[in-house]
Amino acid sequence: MLLLPQLFITLVFFYWPASQAVWQSFLLQDAFGTSTDFVWFENYQVLLSKPEYYKALMNTVLFSVFVGFFSLSIALLLAVMADRQIRGSQVYTTLLIWPYAVAPAIAGVLWMFMFNPSLGMVARGLHSIGYDWNPLLNGNQAMALVIMAAVWKQISYNFLFFLAGLQSVPKSVIEAATIDGARPWRRFWTIVFPLLSPTTFFLLVVNVVYVFFDTFGIIDTVTGGGPSGATETLVYKVYADGKGGSDLGGSAAQSVILLVMVIALTAIQFRYIERKVNY
Amino acid sequence: MVEDRRFGDFLAYVILTLGVLIVAFPLYITFVASTWDASTIINGQLPLYPGPYLLENYHRTLFVGTSSSTREPVFNMMFNSLVMALAIAFGKIFICILSAYAVVYYRFPLRMTAFWLIFVTLMLPVEVRIFPTFKVVADLGFLDTYHGLAVPLIASATGTLLFRQFFMTIPDELLEASKIDGAGAFRFFKDTVLPLSLTTIAALFVIQFIYGWNQYLWPLLITTKDSMQTIVIGIKKMIVTADALTEWQLAMTTAMLAMLPPVAVVVLMQRLFVKGLVDQEK
Repeated sequence: MLLLPQLFITLVFFYWPASQAVWQSFLLQDAFGTSTDFVWFENYQVLLSKPEYYKALMNTVLFSVFVGFFSLSIALLLAVMADRQIRGSQVYTTLLIWPYAVAPAIAGVLWMFMFNPSLGMVARGLHSIGYDWNPLLNGNQAMALVIMAAVWKQISYNFLFFLAGLQSVPKSVIEAATIDGARPWRRFWTIVFPLLSPTTFFLLVVNVVYVFFDTFGIIDTVTGGGPSGATETLVYKVYADGKGGSDLGGSAAQSVILLVMVIALTAIQFRYIERKVNY
Repeated sequence: MVEDRRFGDFLAYVILTLGVLIVAFPLYITFVASTWDASTIINGQLPLYPGPYLLENYHRTLFVGTSSSTREPVFNMMFNSLVMALAIAFGKIFICILSAYAVVYYRFPLRMTAFWLIFVTLMLPVEVRIFPTFKVVADLGFLDTYHGLAVPLIASATGTLLFRQFFMTIPDELLEASKIDGAGAFRFFKDTVLPLSLTTIAALFVIQFIYGWNQYLWPLLITTKDSMQTIVIGIKKMIVTADALTEWQLAMTTAMLAMLPPVAVVVLMQRLFVKGLVDQEK
């Protein structure tokens, strides 16, 4: 049976832990781990009554919106430029896609180093023009820093997909529009952009998933969730609450909620795939 | 085209060059920082040009290690990262190609159930189920081992889907031809399917190698000994919260070293990389 290796690994390291998470989210353990009670939905109730949870939720939403907007628009601009038949566009492509290979945690370290208030180069520049930059104390600035690092890392991915999408736009349509007298700007918005919409939508979903999960490394190296939870996202909270083993039930309940969210996202993506078939 | 393109091309060059510069700036700063000594950086006086300490820093980072938090030489960390990345890449390709072959070419009860069981895992990255998985691995006694690092991350469906899609494009005539030639299921796999899949395998390898090398949260939990940590974890441990204690020049050297292998893979195998990435998401 050729399926056995994968099924086995999937069951042991995927379904078993996932079911544990669901089970654990209904349990309440006392501080010493001596007794465990089955408490139904109490963990969820406690969780949903905590303002910190909504703060993490808001952080995640804000984070997604900013990262999605900036990384998509910058990547689209660059892809449109690289799609022109100019010399060296291949070289430019190579020079633009390498950040994909950088680990999120390393990307975080690079940006943290540049913006470190006491020794970072950019922070020095900001101070010299009189801007009070200190992401270690100011939550909004910390958020901005994390967003910049996440955008920087994600541009390459979006760029690649936009470029692939642009190259599949039929040249004849564009030429026809040119002959009809449409200027480049108008050609882009009325023809190319609508034809790109499947790519854009796909990237939107991917970017949200990226912000949800892959930015953990960035957040952990840049801010560690702080100052006072200003950059704590949902995934980071799962980790932070479960780390000391202090609130395993709460952490598991958060995992389950996240799980539902991801499934919803995937369902949305599937419906979109169906729609693409009907195009 | 019927219009003057010179201005547009010029604009494209300007924007692309700006984009490349912005993207490369953090890398350049890191490189510069890895060529200066600690006191220059700590005083916040890092210049914009490389300094004279390049060889010293790289030698010390690779073979001696930092003097505080983690003393492990980075060379060992890179070795750990390499083992983990290769194990994940090869392990995934191995189990995925087998199960995709089974799903596409065999008819057996519960075939689709098995496929869906695997498919669902696509939706859940390891970050969500991190603590329960950790517990399972700890119960199995896999902490601080290479298989503990790699095996749980192999459990994912991306590769299975990729191979499944590819196998379905292999014409049935080939299967019939090899049946007529008297080849069994194994011969058909070895002599026909495998050679045809080489590009797909290579593309998946590139993606998975980068994925494995860049793992952060999982190795962070699973490795407790300094001698087992990967380079991505090592760098985090080098950066101590108190700025003055961090040996930034060594941390930045480590950052350079940590970026080198995956970036080299992407740049050298760009064609395969793009194929792997774009195919995977279809």
